[in-house]
Amino acid sequence: MSAVVELRGIRKSFDSVPVLLGVDFEVGYGEVHALAGGNGAGKSTLMKILQGVYTKDAGEILVSGTPVAFSSVDDAKAAGIGMVFQEFSLVPSLTVAQNLYLTAEKRNRVGMISDRDSRDRGRRIFADLEVEVDIDAVVGDLSTAYWQLTEIAKAVAQNAQVLILDEPTASLARNEVDALFGLIGRLKGRGISIIYISHRMDEIYRIADRITILRDGRSLFTRRLDEVTPAEIVEGIIGRPDDGALSYRERESSAGTDVLLEAITLYSGTRVRGVSFQLRAGEILGIAGLMGSGRSELARCLFGIDRIDSGELRMHGRRIDVRNPRDAQRAGIALIPEDRREQGLVLEHSVTDNLLLPVLDTIRRGPFLDTRSGRRLSRTLIERFAIKAGDADQPVRRLSGGNQQKVVIAKWLGTRPEVLIMDEPTAGVDIGTKGEIVAMIRRLADAGGAVIVISSEFPELLAVSDRVLVLRNGAVADELARAAIPDEESLQLAVQGL
Amino acid sequence: MADPTTARPPLSTSGRSTRDLIRGLADVDWRRYVIYIAFVAVFVLFAVLLRDDGFLSQGNLLNIFRQTATITVIAVGMTYVIACAEIDLSVGSVAGLASVCSAMAIAHWGLMAGILAGLAVGVVVGTINGGLVSRLGIPSFLVTLGMLGIAAGVAQWITHSAPQPILNDTFNLIFGGGDFGPIPGLLVWMAAFVVVGAVVLNRTRFGRQVVATGGSRTAAEFTGIDTRRIKFQVLLISATVASVAGMLYAGRLQSGRFQWGSGDELSAIAAVILGGTSLFGGRGAVIGTLFGALLIGLINNGLILAGLESSQQQVVRGVIIILAVALARKK
Repeated sequence: MSAVVELRGIRKSFDSVPVLLGVDFEVGYGEVHALAGGNGAGKSTLMKILQGVYTKDAGEILVSGTPVAFSSVDDAKAAGIGMVFQEFSLVPSLTVAQNLYLTAEKRNRVGMISDRDSRDRGRRIFADLEVEVDIDAVVGDLSTAYWQLTEIAKAVAQNAQVLILDEPTASLARNEVDALFGLIGRLKGRGISIIYISHRMDEIYRIADRITILRDGRSLFTRRLDEVTPAEIVEGIIGRPDDGALSYRERESSAGTDVLLEAITLYSGTRVRGVSFQLRAGEILGIAGLMGSGRSELARCLFGIDRIDSGELRMHGRRIDVRNPRDAQRAGIALIPEDRREQGLVLEHSVTDNLLLPVLDTIRRGPFLDTRSGRRLSRTLIERFAIKAGDADQPVRRLSGGNQQKVVIAKWLGTRPEVLIMDEPTAGVDIGTKGEIVAMIRRLADAGGAVIVISSEFPELLAVSDRVLVLRNGAVADELARAAIPDEESLQLAVQGL
Repeated sequence: MADPTTARPPLSTSGRSTRDLIRGLADVDWRRYVIYIAFVAVFVLFAVLLRDDGFLSQGNLLNIFRQTATITVIAVGMTYVIACAEIDLSVGSVAGLASVCSAMAIAHWGLMAGILAGLAVGVVVGTINGGLVSRLGIPSFLVTLGMLGIAAGVAQWITHSAPQPILNDTFNLIFGGGDFGPIPGLLVWMAAFVVVGAVVLNRTRFGRQVVATGGSRTAAEFTGIDTRRIKFQVLLISATVASVAGMLYAGRLQSGRFQWGSGDELSAIAAVILGGTSLFGGRGAVIGTLFGALLIGLINNGLILAGLESSQQQVVRGVIIILAVALARKK
């Protein structure tokens, strides 16, 4: 297999902190090549170098066998390398067609651009890719899945030979994932190569031809997927054998009998339509459902972000009014939101400031904040949650995704909530950290707290939950005891309503 | 409604329910057009209430245009800046500085020198504003706030606060003093800026890049747009356009004076936002801006005819602006 792109001995440091220490990586024509590694292993840096966003300190980049020097995104694009960004690169206020040909619009003699031409060409591309998208829709109004398809079409419209897909399925429903994989197959058929970055093992096996694993800034190995076992991959990523954190274990202490939180026919907006459930002390309740089933909206209304239109919430059997997050917090409820960068953290603020934000009241001395006890608390949290932050005063933005997530969790656990709601707690988190988070959830429940885990990743849901609620169209469609779910497949079927 | 990016309601996205779609259309229809609705409503209101005060006379209507023209010109430049998610607070004092520089250059060296001096003010200020924002990354709010003071100060300083009369009839004729038959020259200037401004913003690659940069700087950057250059250019355009507006003041009032244009930045920003340009960038509508400026002019005119004191006018104007923006707000 000849390589369309080859990276040799790539090195890169930031402020004299080495991130890449000699990475070799190559992608063949029409190949889907998985790239895996823990948070901070250097995947994003490597891809940004390939993209022309960063320049390498040392090493070689070859495109179709010819050495190239990328000094900008334009250079890389001219060489046919297109990235489908994790943090999307579409302008929300423009239409699909306008985005596809942004800066590549056809112009007439006096320099006026033609939207009609962009529409025509765009329609043809989508037809070729067998994807149905309204070409005149404003991108900001599209769902994530269509946003992503548009992103891919944009790269194709610009004649990309290599597409970089970074966690493309993170927020897609099962049928959308199938559509995406179908599309990837068709792209392959056209000789387009794909670098597929993902933490999800099942997807890697389903779609990729080869895998390269990065660890600590080096390429550990590249293997064909039919020659490598999942266990070898996991061990490669986390650097030690899989300790089974992600498989179900009997809980050390079983859930109590006291009902801690009770929801009675909750209605909120258009997405939560009559949800009732009980949550006992020491219990971990999993919530499964498709995108749009009301999962996140349920979490939002339990935490007082969305208004509860009707229904009742009871805590310890007493009715509580949760009209805003402050009410929820006072009642002992905490939410770890779906989008940690947007909703969970003040990215520019320090790790310490973020950790202390919800507990400022408890570290006050008179009207002033007691910085010393604040620091002490922050140090304790950093230790307890094994947050890798060289310096507690550095902005949270500089931490890896997994560590950011730990900061969000630690921040809310600092408030000692009785009920912790976690929305997609392991999204975009590497497998090592995933195990730590799962262990954290178990410890919390063992200590008598109640946890609600909302997740689209069934393995982790099945690993932690004592009971799983299946939501469909905003209502509880099914309630399954963990013991009644034999495997992932049956949960999948329950969620799809089959 | 020549602006395809703002006037088009978001069409159906496969996968949304029909009910959402209908609700979406219902939302959009009147919110996006609120400026036009407000314009017509206020116009009709005044036409009825102020019938006997000569509101509808041709003279008065042309007067509204005349009084609105310079603000509109400034606001067209401002539309680019705001669509790009920046702001330019210095336009009013740039207009004032351009008017005095132009007047002084005419007195010394004649017509051409005067025009060039006026334009030079805009180019120099725009280059400084744009350079500081795009190269040093200082927020435009701060840079242009500083420049507002600097330009006003310089204008007052070099003239010792004295008005600079312009005795060159050609200049006064070209810049807003003259008429083309029944059409005031100022109206022609205004129309030219609006038409060119609308076409460039909607139908050129540059315009699209401005909107893209304002909509999502990261996305624009990754698409290969030099967003620093775009930010530089919009601030340069805004200041240069403001300097032309300054010369329009000078021509109409046959003098350069540091007070000309003072406070116009706020009227211009109000006109732009009323017109449907997003204060957070990503969406720009030059035609909307025109109507925003006309609405403000209409209100000013009507309130004067109604015999309100200037203090009362300010209050009513403020209320109407807040009301219009509140109605147009996207939930």
